[in-house]
Order: sequence, then structure tokens, then C-alpha cells
Amino acid sequence: MVRGILFIWTCCLLVSGCASRSDTLYVQMGGQQKIDEIVENFVYEIEFNSTILPFFADTDITRFSEKFAEQLCMFADGPCQYSGDTMEQVHGGMNITEAQFNLTVDLFIAAMNKAGVPHRLQNQLLSRMATTREQMLYK
Amino acid sequence: MQFIKCLGCVFLFVCHLAYAGDGKLIGTAGLNTIEGTGGGGIVPWATLSGYDTQDQLSASAFITQVSVQDYRLNVIGANVSVYDRAEFSVARHVFDLTTIGGEIAQTVYGAKVRLYGDVIYSDWPQLSVGVQYKDLEDTAVANLVGSEDTSGTDVYLAATKVHLGAAAGYNLVWNLTGRFTKANQLGLLGFGGAANDDYELMLEASVGVLFSRHFAAGIEYRQKPDNLGLGEDDWMDVFVTYIPSKHVNFTLAWADLGTIAGAAGQKGLYFSVGGQLW
Repeated sequence: MVRGILFIWTCCLLVSGCASRSDTLYVQMGGQQKIDEIVENFVYEIEFNSTILPFFADTDITRFSEKFAEQLCMFADGPCQYSGDTMEQVHGGMNITEAQFNLTVDLFIAAMNKAGVPHRLQNQLLSRMATTREQMLYK
Repeated sequence: MQFIKCLGCVFLFVCHLAYAGDGKLIGTAGLNTIEGTGGGGIVPWATLSGYDTQDQLSASAFITQVSVQDYRLNVIGANVSVYDRAEFSVARHVFDLTTIGGEIAQTVYGAKVRLYGDVIYSDWPQLSVGVQYKDLEDTAVANLVGSEDTSGTDVYLAATKVHLGAAAGYNLVWNLTGRFTKANQLGLLGFGGAANDDYELMLEASVGVLFSRHFAAGIEYRQKPDNLGLGEDDWMDVFVTYIPSKHVNFTLAWADLGTIAGAAGQKGLYFSVGGQLW
């Protein structure tokens, strides 16, 4: 009985154990060129989404693209320093709901798919970005 | 009939409300267990069954069949999930005794409340507590094998977590559930018995890997009591799930249910189709 539970935990540890790799996520993804491509695709996805587009009504898209690329580069352990505003400053007063947040995640995933980023690298990038969710929701 | 009425009430209730629930990420609502509760296949999870977020409501339905050597379990069920906080479910079991003939029917009513967390985003696992009230309709077999009751209530606490990219870059999901129960074979053979008539804590666990946004595979294990002294075994299954959209999911599993009512080696296929209606 308890053996079964232990077996499941062992499986859990085994599959999570073999993930180490020496290259940074930034390098594995394909560097700055790939990150710029993702950001460009993401902006395109937003333009064609009537739910999310209004949130960008007052946004300087050139500045957004530049700062978001910096942020992604930093999340991927690339050679960048994020120089934009805090997530609280950017999203304050928008009262972003959980559903709107997740829809934007879907758009970002679509942007990565179009840029040909492998599923496994997508997950690792999303995992690092997930820490900022708290600073964006219902503010 | 009672069940159909109940199902009708559930849908009417849901259709009168304004905000359809589709705000969670695909795959993160999990599936429906054979007992109707949101979860894996045989183990309830801390996740609620629908894609509703804290501003939304949702309703889901499913059918499941488990065919093993001497028995076949048919399940139909429905589920309402409210503001990503609570879930109410109903499931109807018809258990065919395919070798000796006859069938046993029972209805399972469930409620679950999310106590803490978000399965993806919180630091600690999502935690939920739930109850399942099981009402056995065909009581002859339960009485014959010496069970003490023909209805019973299970109470469980479940912890579930998704780790993004944790399994060599794939998303990993695990669940651990503790259940207080007196049910014999889900309650189909009654509750309590000559060997034991007290509530016991049973441990249940699942682990799965999401190979894409639409495919998952994993295993489940469910510890069982042996109240009747008929050598009731723990259950396990290995599953693959295909989730093409939030509105439909398909699960195929190989299940090992051990000894049921003295008949050993009950292994076979589990097939389930579910999805969100609203």
C-alpha cells in the first residue's frame, strides 16, 4: 500500500531529476534574435485580440517591445538588465482579472509557437515569468 | 430518475448565470474521477473540475467506462464549479456483474472547497477539502457480503501542484490525497463490514507529465480498506489523456483493480470522455 505511494514519488523524482543542462535558457532558445521575434509575434497577437488590445491603448509599442525583450532576456539568464518600470507601476489601475491574465499567457504561448520555440523551453521561460503574476493581478 | 432531475437542476442553475468559465489555462482543470469529483481518474485532486476563475462559473459533464475481467463499471456524471472556489458533483454508477449476471447502481454526490493556492502559481500546492456522499440503490449484494451500511460519506484532503518545466522541460503535476472512508469498492459493496467498521485513512497519489499543451500521461495509486475481509486490493492505473480543447477531453487508461468480491486479477481498460459544457 505505502509502497505504491512511494513508487509514485520515485517516478516523480526520476522525471524531474534529469533536467540539468549547462547552457543558459537564453542560449538554448536562440539568443536575442529569437527573443525579439517572440516579442514581435506577441505584439501581433495582442493587436488581433479585442479583449487584450484595450489594455495597450495608451502604450508606446516601441518602448514596450524594447523593455519586454529586456525582461525576457533577463528571465532567460541572458546578458541584459531590465531598465523598465516595475510590474506594479505598469499594471496598476488596470484591474487585470485572472481570466485576462491567462488569455495573455495564451497569446504569449502562441507567439512562442510561431517563433518555433520548443515546448520544453517555453515551459522553462513561463516558469520564470510566473513569479511576476502576483504583481499584475487585480491591481 | 432522481439523478436526471438533479442533473436538470444543475444545468438550469448554471444557465441562468452570466459569466461562462473559460479563464484557466488549458489542461489545468484536470479531469473528472469515477466518483464525479474533479481530479484524475480514480483519485480526487485539489483542482476544481471547470475552467472558471475567481470571477466565473462553469459546468462539465463526463462518461466513463471501466471494463475488467468479471465486471464493468459505467459512470455518467456532471459537475458545477463556482468562482474557482467550490465544486458540486453528481455521478451515477452502474456496476455490471458481467460473469455472474446482475448489476449494482449507486449515486455519488460530491462537494469540494479550495482552501488555498493555485495549482500553478502559488508557492505551495493547491489544497482542497471535499466530501462524497454515496447512496447505494441495489443493496442485495452489499448485504450478502456482510457490509454494515448501504450509504456512507467519504471525506478527503487533497494537495496538487504543477511544476512548470520541471520534468526535463515538461510540466509535471503531482497530487496527494488522504481520504477517510468506510466504503467497500467505492461503496458498491456497501460500507464497513465484519473485519472493520471504523473510518480509516487511505492515501492516494497521482503523478503526470504534460508532453504538450494537449497530451498528458501518468499513473495513479489508490489505497483501499478491506472491511469485508474479502481481500480488497489497492487500485492503480496508467493513463494517457488527450485534451484538444477546453470543451472535450479523452482519457484511456489501463487499470489494475486487484480482487473484487473474491474474484482476483481484475484488470482492464478505462475510457473516459469529458468536457466543459458552459
